[in-house]
Amino acid sequence: MNSKTLACQIRKDCLEMAYLSKGSHIACALSIADIVAVLYSDILKFNPEDPKDDKRDRFILSKGHAGSAVYSALARSGFFDPEILKTHYANGSILSGHVSHKTVPGIEISTGALGHGVSIGAGMAYALKLNNKENRVFVIVGDGECDEGSVWEMALFSAQHHLNNFTIIIDKNRFQALGKCQDILKNENLKEKFELFGFKAMEIDGHSHDEIRKSLKVTSKDKPICIVANTVKGKGVSFMENDLKWHYKNPDEEQYKYALREVESEYDQ
Amino acid sequence: MRNAFINRLSELAKNDKNILMMAGDLGYNVLNKFYDDMPKQFVNAGIAEQNMTSMAAGMALEGKKVYTYSIANFPSLRCLEQIRNDILYHDANVKIISVGAGFGYGSMGMSHHGTDDMGVMRCLPNIIIFSPSDKNEAIRVAELSVMTKKPAYIRLGKGGEEDIHEYLEFNIGESINVVKGNKVAIFTTGPIASEALEATNILNEMSISTALYTFPTVKPIDEEIIKKCGNDFDLIVTVEEHNIIGGLCSAVAEVLAMQKNKAVLRKIGLNDTYISEVGSQKYLRERHNLCSKDIVNTVLDYINLK
Repeated sequence: MNSKTLACQIRKDCLEMAYLSKGSHIACALSIADIVAVLYSDILKFNPEDPKDDKRDRFILSKGHAGSAVYSALARSGFFDPEILKTHYANGSILSGHVSHKTVPGIEISTGALGHGVSIGAGMAYALKLNNKENRVFVIVGDGECDEGSVWEMALFSAQHHLNNFTIIIDKNRFQALGKCQDILKNENLKEKFELFGFKAMEIDGHSHDEIRKSLKVTSKDKPICIVANTVKGKGVSFMENDLKWHYKNPDEEQYKYALREVESEYDQ
Repeated sequence: MRNAFINRLSELAKNDKNILMMAGDLGYNVLNKFYDDMPKQFVNAGIAEQNMTSMAAGMALEGKKVYTYSIANFPSLRCLEQIRNDILYHDANVKIISVGAGFGYGSMGMSHHGTDDMGVMRCLPNIIIFSPSDKNEAIRVAELSVMTKKPAYIRLGKGGEEDIHEYLEFNIGESINVVKGNKVAIFTTGPIASEALEATNILNEMSISTALYTFPTVKPIDEEIIKKCGNDFDLIVTVEEHNIIGGLCSAVAEVLAMQKNKAVLRKIGLNDTYISEVGSQKYLRERHNLCSKDIVNTVLDYINLK
């Protein structure tokens, strides 16, 4: 599946999952849909037949609450039956709200508490280098998540130890749980901050597949890589975009059908 | 105890390149064997325990056997959620070394007192808790920690602890019967075992037949021995340099509560408090009734009461 088709499918799946489960965090999943789609279409090495294949790249969703986007990408990449997506949040399901490695093939690390996934990723990158392995480690982290001190501990370490097999993608959708990031803890100039910490950093349009693809292919001789991806929370569904309530709310039937049409028509263009 | 542990671990690490020592910028004159002899097996994570702990989990998931090292609460309570979510939930082969059990860093102040760590760690699923009582137990704990792939918390004395017994090849979950007796059983763990041993000797000299058991593993606890002692003895006294809630006494009581016992339980530990006084380990033990004489008095009080 090419990245555009996969992104459209992820958005549709996420909407359906939110609608059926009455679960939360739909807008968070929509903001990373394009990044996840490009990762699974064009960048990550993975093997659905053997999710723990040694040759796989490591991918961690540090902002574990956007799990539905990754569940969809995994299902559509052959890790499990897409029908299972309909059980998200349900009693007895394998798909918890925040991603869990215990139950879902292809999930590398369970997250949900913010600021953990990036550090686990750095540990993997460090050990892979010690083991002389070529695998890369990719982590998606939220801009709100960058409030966590451990993110900056990770940044210091990763640069100090030249973890050039390690790429973090900041989903800069400018919102966190109770409002706009700038109104809560002004953590701006993330690209410059990571540069100062010693990363090779760049800023891109987090919905442009060409820019995402290009940035994920960037390598460095001796620096970890930070991609600040400017995104829109709720991207692809007009009434969800930049509206905090879709961090929590789920669509009713009418909203769900309307949203699906919007996502599909965007793809048709 | 600390040095004996590190020396044994570094011997084992020489033959196993996957053993990694990760320090939280502490261990001056202690971890030299790692960074001088095996620089590729040592990494200083800086003063950043949360990142250290999550990274250790990540490294372990890539096949490394990682030891995180720092003082008392820094590698434990400071990064508790990283231990819970990243190490334990992922069943990562990480061993957390916490140095300065109890009042090992007594004069440093309450920030450095390791007096609630066992209780906090004990309620986390999927963790082994090692709490050696002397250098010989610490050496064996180093060996056991390499043998098991399970996550573990290792609570070490800072140094200068008295030997309680010779080196023994005990296994995970086994207590050690250091002194035999038939009326009173003293259970202890960690560096305070020296006080328990002294009390045991005094009581035996007073013709009160007293047994001493050390518990180098606090989780899983040696249930079999606790149950047997509950049946065989008149009195069990737990002795720990730790808050009275959550540690050895709680672990023992949880086992005893499940059966009908001949023995009554008495406890020596910190009375649910933080310590503001300044002083050495010995001084703080005296101030808080954790010394051999306090153990002896607890036994005598019980006997007189009877």
